[in-house]
Amino acid sequence: MQGLSIIVKKVAQIMSALIFIYGAYIITHGHLTPGGGFAGGALVAGAFMLLILSFGARFLALKREKEGSSFIESLAVLLVLCLATGGLFVGSLTFFHNYLPLGQAGHLVSAGLIPLYNIFIGIEVAAALLSIFLVLIIYKEEISL
Amino acid sequence: MELLLSFIIGFMVIAAVIAIKARDLLSAIIAQGFVGYGLVICFLLLRAPDLAIVQIVVETMTLVIMVAIVLDSSREELQIRFDARQAFTMVSALIFMFLFILFFRQATASLSPFGEASLRMSEAYIYGAYEQTGSLNLVTGILFDFRGYDTLGEATVLFTAVMGVLTIIRLRGKK
Repeated sequence: MQGLSIIVKKVAQIMSALIFIYGAYIITHGHLTPGGGFAGGALVAGAFMLLILSFGARFLALKREKEGSSFIESLAVLLVLCLATGGLFVGSLTFFHNYLPLGQAGHLVSAGLIPLYNIFIGIEVAAALLSIFLVLIIYKEEISL
Repeated sequence: MELLLSFIIGFMVIAAVIAIKARDLLSAIIAQGFVGYGLVICFLLLRAPDLAIVQIVVETMTLVIMVAIVLDSSREELQIRFDARQAFTMVSALIFMFLFILFFRQATASLSPFGEASLRMSEAYIYGAYEQTGSLNLVTGILFDFRGYDTLGEATVLFTAVMGVLTIIRLRGKK
């Protein structure tokens, strides 16, 4: 896949950094402001897609990246399950029990486990959308070979 | 409740084994339907109503589609003969229909009247959400604490979708 012109490349670099930071903000502030893991994860995936579309990438690099994003996606789902299972051993012994201290309302580190769930769900959504995108691009490259 | 859940899950495991080992496709699909509807009851018992609604809709749709496909592809095997076995099936179907209507009448009697939805669930969310979750964004508090199972199910749906795309594209790509 060929890259685009230098103007598009530079603009995409700056914009994707901004989009990535905004997505990370939405994910980490999910328990304080509107949004959360699902919305922020889609934004983070969008930043990567913008870079891939504007710069283009070689076939082998795309395949390696797909392996990585697929692995990270599975790992994030597994971590969410581990955190939820942890509730079975602490406190009221229920699945999805919020066993960390709730902290002071309005602070970034508060609401117990909810920010951690948000972060892992965000990683999972971003990696899932990115790997679907990568797989479709790889398929197109394979056909055109 | 744990006992009931383990009973249902054990029933689902048996049905899944039957679905794999069954000789003809129709009984395999019916056994698989047992697994799906057992999952609906599990979700209801675990208080994940959103997920239960999604599961019941998807399960019914896929079951109808798969039964239609099997009936369309293997019509000759299913010639209807009237013998003792057939009579037993019809009588048991009538009994189950009667039981279903009986329980349906009992269940509808305990529902709140039309247009006045029950507020038990929403009251707990409205008045206890902040104290119990400590999250200022109540939507996230409900999604990741009260409705944790729902969120896990949604994440799993996305995960399964990616697995499906990976499998299909890989098969097409290798040809």
